[in-house]
Amino acid sequence: MISAADSGPDDGQWIMPARNYASTRYSSLSQITVQNVQQLQLAWTFSTGVTRGHEAAPLVVGSTMYVVTPFPNLLYALDLTQPGAPLKWTYKPDPSLASQGVACCDLVNRGASYYDGKIYYNTLDAHTVAVDAKTGKEVWKTKVGEITRGETVTMAPLVVKGKVLVGNSGGEFGVRGWLTALDAKTGKLAWRAYHTGPDKDVLIDSRFKPFYSQDQGKDLGVTTWPGDAWKIGGGGSWGWISYDPELNLIYYGTSNPGPWNPDVRPGDNKWTAGIFARDPANGEAVWAYQWSPHDLFDHDGINEQILLDLPIKGQTRKVLIRPERNGYIYVLDRTSGEVLSADPYGYITTSRGVDLQTGRLIEIAEKTPVTGKVVRGICPAAPGMKDWQPSSYSPRTGWLYIPHQNLCQDVETGEANYIEGTPYVAATVKMYAGPGGNRGVVTAWDPVARKAAWQVKEKFPVWSGTVVTAGDVVFYGTMEGWFKALDARSGKPLWQFKTGSGIIGQPVVYRGPDGKEYVAVLSGVGGWAGAVVAGGLDVRDSSAALGFVNAMKDLPQVTTKGGMLYVFALP
Amino acid sequence: MCSRFRDSVILSAVLALSLAACQREERNFQGLPSGSAVANPKVREVELVPGGNVPADSRPGPYEENAYAVSQGKTLYNQYNCSGCHFQGGGGIGPPLMDADWIYGSRPANIYETIAEGRPNGMPSFGRKIVPDQIWQITAYVRSMSGLLRKDVAPGRTDDMQVRPQEQSAQKAKPVQSAIPKSAEIP
Repeated sequence: MISAADSGPDDGQWIMPARNYASTRYSSLSQITVQNVQQLQLAWTFSTGVTRGHEAAPLVVGSTMYVVTPFPNLLYALDLTQPGAPLKWTYKPDPSLASQGVACCDLVNRGASYYDGKIYYNTLDAHTVAVDAKTGKEVWKTKVGEITRGETVTMAPLVVKGKVLVGNSGGEFGVRGWLTALDAKTGKLAWRAYHTGPDKDVLIDSRFKPFYSQDQGKDLGVTTWPGDAWKIGGGGSWGWISYDPELNLIYYGTSNPGPWNPDVRPGDNKWTAGIFARDPANGEAVWAYQWSPHDLFDHDGINEQILLDLPIKGQTRKVLIRPERNGYIYVLDRTSGEVLSADPYGYITTSRGVDLQTGRLIEIAEKTPVTGKVVRGICPAAPGMKDWQPSSYSPRTGWLYIPHQNLCQDVETGEANYIEGTPYVAATVKMYAGPGGNRGVVTAWDPVARKAAWQVKEKFPVWSGTVVTAGDVVFYGTMEGWFKALDARSGKPLWQFKTGSGIIGQPVVYRGPDGKEYVAVLSGVGGWAGAVVAGGLDVRDSSAALGFVNAMKDLPQVTTKGGMLYVFALP
Repeated sequence: MCSRFRDSVILSAVLALSLAACQREERNFQGLPSGSAVANPKVREVELVPGGNVPADSRPGPYEENAYAVSQGKTLYNQYNCSGCHFQGGGGIGPPLMDADWIYGSRPANIYETIAEGRPNGMPSFGRKIVPDQIWQITAYVRSMSGLLRKDVAPGRTDDMQVRPQEQSAQKAKPVQSAIPKSAEIP
């Protein structure tokens, strides 16, 4: 069942990327079903004019659709009441061209959020904008970071109780990670919580009650680092935020520590590669937990968290489900931060599991990177078992639909030189397909039985999100450009359509002004996985794009750059 | 100077080869005087020159034939984090350097200026961080990545995990002028 954290009955709109605060990406629309989805056809299209990776979810508010593009981060408003959904207006934020040089993994943007008459989103050059949803006029624009320090913003903001929540990217540039709340009306800074450094900066005070003893103590964001390394230690927040209105807590993860070479940062490196529960009013931390303390493999902890009330050992528990980059699906008690279970959902060689007594990941020593040594057969690879691409959850099946990858890597870590505004990684990586050879997977996961219900393999990483409907249909896209529908209960393929470019976007489902159910998705390959095409990279260098190119050498043969919105409906 | 061959008429052919070989191994401990012509090349990025077509600065860089300097350039390329964006030539955040495409020119003077002054679509300006002598070494190394230097000057080994064919075996790629990055074409 969906918990009270869900934002209510489905009204056919899609006003934030995950559809609701519980982040279920479940649409209760049911015109499109397992029986009729084969008749689904193209309704209309819209070209964004941009050809970098399109990771955003289109929004539907009333009878208008809003589309945010990759850099230069245009915002288009499309009129759904007219045939072909003509353009109403375009908003251009004019981000700094130089910001392209400090974005680690293509020039993506993960979308906007609607709140109180305004569209909120972030620009690559670390600004947050509020745009009047009717007129397209800028209401405010606030600078939140410094590109000269390697800070960019690629995440979709979440708006909670009048606060626009924004986090930085730049774990590959030695930034100091943070989450910031801006006043939704004025754009003024309400609070900022850093993810490294002293408690007063991390907004840790008397309310902070982490579940595990390793997370208890003073100024751990300083003492778990050598010297001043916490000042350039990464731990940004470029992924997803969920909100539970009953507990009045926001939940979100923190990115990898920097640099990737772990030898230069002995200690747990708090609070990187972890998760926080905070009060949205003042940012106060209520609990925290690290998925990967002293992260060894760029296993950022920023993936989506789906808030559910689940029967566990005879009791209904308020849980948070996190398909994590390190390869485990975590079920946490979201009131306390206790790990209730952590099960592998793919092939793992780097750890043996999670110790439920201490909450610690049990790492395997021989896979630990050592400076100057080549360590092979690391699974999952740096992008993890799953990267940013969000899962969905159906209350009808009780299952999660997880888009993810099956990748391993070899790594050699090296000398780390911090030069402000340049990459701070110190690792050479070569990725390749994991066992079976398929680089992508869609897994239907039963969180109560703690096992996969079914899996569908894909040739390339499934770098798009999924969405699931009350018609029991799961939609997702492939990097070749296929937009696919599966039977939510069996995983059986039901329908597919070939779009112009690889799909890495987040599909959404909405009810048009004509009362019909529509499915929309952006096609336009890119992102870290698709940088080989979006950035025109040279496949002869296996280490290109942080080593992802080695696993994607055949992608340029099957897709080209693009930037097109596709909208589908029944005839 | 390899002066022991100076008197030999028979070995004049060898002399020419040896001179080249000497430059290949030459160590320049003084560094380039900053402010010299070589540190301030005249660059031009277009063919259209109203008022008369004066050839662009096609002078070779100071280290085009110096294997030691190119090897130093390779080390510096990694130490100054060039590799963080361009990796070992395949690109990532920045464009590839091992292919034939050049957005801002392939001549040594062009590459020098790109490194020293930066470029508008994300290339930082390193002129305040790296001394001219080292920029020229990096310039020569960058040119070796697409086979623009002699094979016996380009690096022939790497001490780290093999991720690409050696620069020495790179096929000489005829430089092609490339458009600005697609992302910079704002619709």
